[in-house]
Amino acid sequence: MASKLLHRVPWLLHRVGAVSAPLKYPRTLSPTLAAFASLRLLSDVAPRPLPVAATGNSPPASTSPAPQFSGSSEKFEHNAKSSSVRSSLKDPELAKFSAIADTWWDSEGPFKPLHLMNPTRLAFIRSTLCRHFGKDPSSARPFEGMKIVDVGCGGGILSEPLARMGASVTGVDAVDKNIKIARIHADLDPVTSTIEYCCTTAEKLVEEQRKFDAVISLEVIEHVADPAEFCKSLSALTIPEGALVISTINRSMRAYATAIVAAEYLLHWVKEMAGFVHNPLTGRWSLSDDISVNFIAFGTKKGQ
Amino acid sequence: MVGMSLACSLASMPLTKHLNVAIIDSNPALVNGIRINKQDPPDPRVSTITPATTSMFRDIGAWQYLQPYRHAYFDQMQVWDYTGLGYTRYHARDVDKDSLGCVVENKVLQSSLLLCIQNADFQKRIFPSRLVSMSLNPGLKSKQMDGISSEISRADLAKLHLSDGTCLYAKLVVGADGSKSQVRELAGFKTTGWNYSQNAVICTVEHASENQCAWQRFLPAGPIALLPMGDNFSNIVWTMNPKEALDRKSMTEIDFVKTVNHALDHGFGPHPTSSLLGKGNIFSWFGAGVPTSGNGGFEIPPKVVKLASERMVFPLSLRHANDYVSKHVALIGDAAHTVHPLAGQGVNLGFGDAFALSRVIGEAIAVGMDIGEASLLKKYEAERKPANIAMMAILDGFQKAYSVDFGPLNILRAAGFHAANYISPLKRSIISYASGEQRLPLFT
Repeated sequence: MASKLLHRVPWLLHRVGAVSAPLKYPRTLSPTLAAFASLRLLSDVAPRPLPVAATGNSPPASTSPAPQFSGSSEKFEHNAKSSSVRSSLKDPELAKFSAIADTWWDSEGPFKPLHLMNPTRLAFIRSTLCRHFGKDPSSARPFEGMKIVDVGCGGGILSEPLARMGASVTGVDAVDKNIKIARIHADLDPVTSTIEYCCTTAEKLVEEQRKFDAVISLEVIEHVADPAEFCKSLSALTIPEGALVISTINRSMRAYATAIVAAEYLLHWVKEMAGFVHNPLTGRWSLSDDISVNFIAFGTKKGQ
Repeated sequence: MVGMSLACSLASMPLTKHLNVAIIDSNPALVNGIRINKQDPPDPRVSTITPATTSMFRDIGAWQYLQPYRHAYFDQMQVWDYTGLGYTRYHARDVDKDSLGCVVENKVLQSSLLLCIQNADFQKRIFPSRLVSMSLNPGLKSKQMDGISSEISRADLAKLHLSDGTCLYAKLVVGADGSKSQVRELAGFKTTGWNYSQNAVICTVEHASENQCAWQRFLPAGPIALLPMGDNFSNIVWTMNPKEALDRKSMTEIDFVKTVNHALDHGFGPHPTSSLLGKGNIFSWFGAGVPTSGNGGFEIPPKVVKLASERMVFPLSLRHANDYVSKHVALIGDAAHTVHPLAGQGVNLGFGDAFALSRVIGEAIAVGMDIGEASLLKKYEAERKPANIAMMAILDGFQKAYSVDFGPLNILRAAGFHAANYISPLKRSIISYASGEQRLPLFT
């Protein structure tokens, strides 16, 4: 399964238009860790060479999801049609989230780890986005005027702080109950009541040709059936020179494999990466250089 | 004072200066302003500000408003007791600092904070009334999924009713209303504590010349402290049992001055000599190679010439709120903790709370969190509670240790004096902790 996904990676890299340079390590990784990361990722499968005809000829992301390629185009078009199904949440996952939707905002409930982790994730997002967009980090509302989409927003734990930081936020989630909970909670505060919540998928947003300054999808990729497609959709939602932040924190073996895939895809445009480390004594999360299982990555989409 | 310092601190940080702050205080001085004449005799209500608090004041831009008025830095402190068995002399030089603390009248502190907030570009409104009732919404109920009404936009706020009929909604209510805190009461926080069977007599006295040292002598009934205020004035805080306190308050001024001098000088016991066991005592071994505190020897405090203010009496107690925070509410200052005045730490703990809370609020806004959320308020509590409790325990320990006149215990206390005087790392640690530089009394 992993190899099937991996062979598509080089094509996808090109699709995003960021592949001209050889594998580039994010500046924030220490050299030893960067070496370790590449070793682990590339030892799985050697990436296939790029189709020669494709170089320098990719159409802009906004027009259509199906590229004009020789050779692999048919296979891809077939995939593109069913991509909204393939990339969406797996059914058991849907059911699992529906069942505990009521407890999203209970900071002592099943989502407690997420609540504890939230300030740390937000600190990373704030620092990388402020730096990338040249915003003042000491302002109370640095994201004023920016359009951000939270893909897989759940109950809105991430969307609400982003709105408080000034952004125009759109939150999407495949579980309808989550969206309902998110809407009710956001309406409690006038600042967050401006958040747009939709029960939909990233792929549908791409079809609607929505564009955002920053696309954020945290702890979603491990629940998705086709992570590579998912990454592609996220990238399509980002404006040129926009930002993309992805994280994955799930600890299952399956998630580990998908994380590897995502990481390889991401490493090509990743500018900054950080690991999440949990200190069991204090119960606090902090950012670190250790990205072995949990990480959050920020990258930018090159202009076309 | 402590509440106002929180407001000033929020006004001074870029992350928090956009916040809308309502100050609820029935003190008319807040609306009319506090007029201080430099020729006024000094108020008996003063506070000893540690260097840590002074630098916090400078950071928020309030210290500049204080400087034109009477305030006194002191760089020396002497502590001894009536048994004459030992004494300790502290000097700011021991920790390479210029001063151990600064004594300021409370009205000067209040005025400088008020001027600071008035001159800040900050949205604040003063409500000159009292809090009557408060309701804190417990939070979202998951059953409210359908049939949502528009009233829900106020659902996640605290609602306050004031005595003049005003109704306010707030994300965060900070209780800085003193040891009998109404906010604490209405929010249902439980407290632990006890009353000391002691009252404090407070007044200002005058000397023939400038006093530049802080003096504290532990007497059988409680300590007497003499704190320099500048312009030849000093402040007295004299702890004793309630009956004696009443006597001392009502006796004539001349008699009172006599008893004060008696208490500071030969009363109740002899002066301590420079060393307990002669030249070759074990403590001098510890102190070898260490700079002695300047003058080294014991000094007699300056004589009081006359009384310069009315005498006030306050009951003393220890009280601690079991929790400092809950959703939408946080307590700071005396509302959270009341301590014995014997080390002048009380208000400094309060200022420490205020600055810690304002920093936590700033950090929360940086990550877009709702400032009323319990999890972030708990961060403030986790920072301040251990420090405050440690200080309270130490002060309480001292209070108890000094209330017993028992031979062996007296010797132990004397040994304590000697240790603090001659064991330099210990002395540095003590000064550092009392100056607010160290949060917890860990000897590192």
